[in-house]
Amino acid sequence: MLLGKLDQEFSFNATALKLRGDRQALLTANFVQSETPNYKAQDFDFRAALQNATQTQASAMGDASKGLAQTQPGHLPATNAGPGGVSLQYRVPLQASIDGNTVDVDQERAQLADNAVRYEASLRILNGQLRTLQSAMQTN
Amino acid sequence: MSMNNVFDVAASALSAQTLRMNAATSNLANAEALAGPDGQTYKARHVVFESYKLPGTDGESGQGVRVREVVLDQSPGKKLYEPNHPMADEQGYITVPNVDVISETTDMIAASRAYQSGVEIMNTAKSMMSKVLTLGQ
Repeated sequence: MLLGKLDQEFSFNATALKLRGDRQALLTANFVQSETPNYKAQDFDFRAALQNATQTQASAMGDASKGLAQTQPGHLPATNAGPGGVSLQYRVPLQASIDGNTVDVDQERAQLADNAVRYEASLRILNGQLRTLQSAMQTN
Repeated sequence: MSMNNVFDVAASALSAQTLRMNAATSNLANAEALAGPDGQTYKARHVVFESYKLPGTDGESGQGVRVREVVLDQSPGKKLYEPNHPMADEQGYITVPNVDVISETTDMIAASRAYQSGVEIMNTAKSMMSKVLTLGQ
């Protein structure tokens, strides 16, 4: 029971941290493909993914990363499912490119920097929670 | 899907950009070479990128980039009129390689900038992961 309470305490920030890591991987892949012909840049809505992941945990329906639940035999699996069960979406390019590549290097760069800072923010908040708990456990 | 593959993805980008740089450098170095080991005029080399699924990943969280092939530029070289040149043909023309020096230099600059960005991404990912390791301390 104590473990359940501990898990509840940290679950939001831990989920946010994991999703930030996944988004970093996706943005990195976008960035390195900036010269590949016909590559389409993808991203996912972080807010929706986090909401989805925390709700799925709250209702204890199982692993959030599995996405769509298939409860009937006729259910199709989710295609293009991203982290947190939210689908990956394509970025709308500002300028058309002859080789079909939709990666805007400046956009990706900015998103990478933003994501890295928020990752660190989640980490610090999580660390703060841990330290609070640790100091509460100390008798002195 | 996690940050474990970020290093592999970035490393594939670095390799691909290095190959591109090599091709541009080779073109620039051989811009005046009238004959190669096979007796033919030098043809400019260009790299073609493609994305591929990194081994050991599910390909969902991102793919690596690699050079699919190095193509030889088949456009005809420029003909210059130099009758006194030892390699001139019967009409006095020599065929110069089809290397456009300006675009090769631009390619080189772009490749080096992409390489720097790849290194920066690696550093960012490394610092993010290192900070995770200090959790709780």
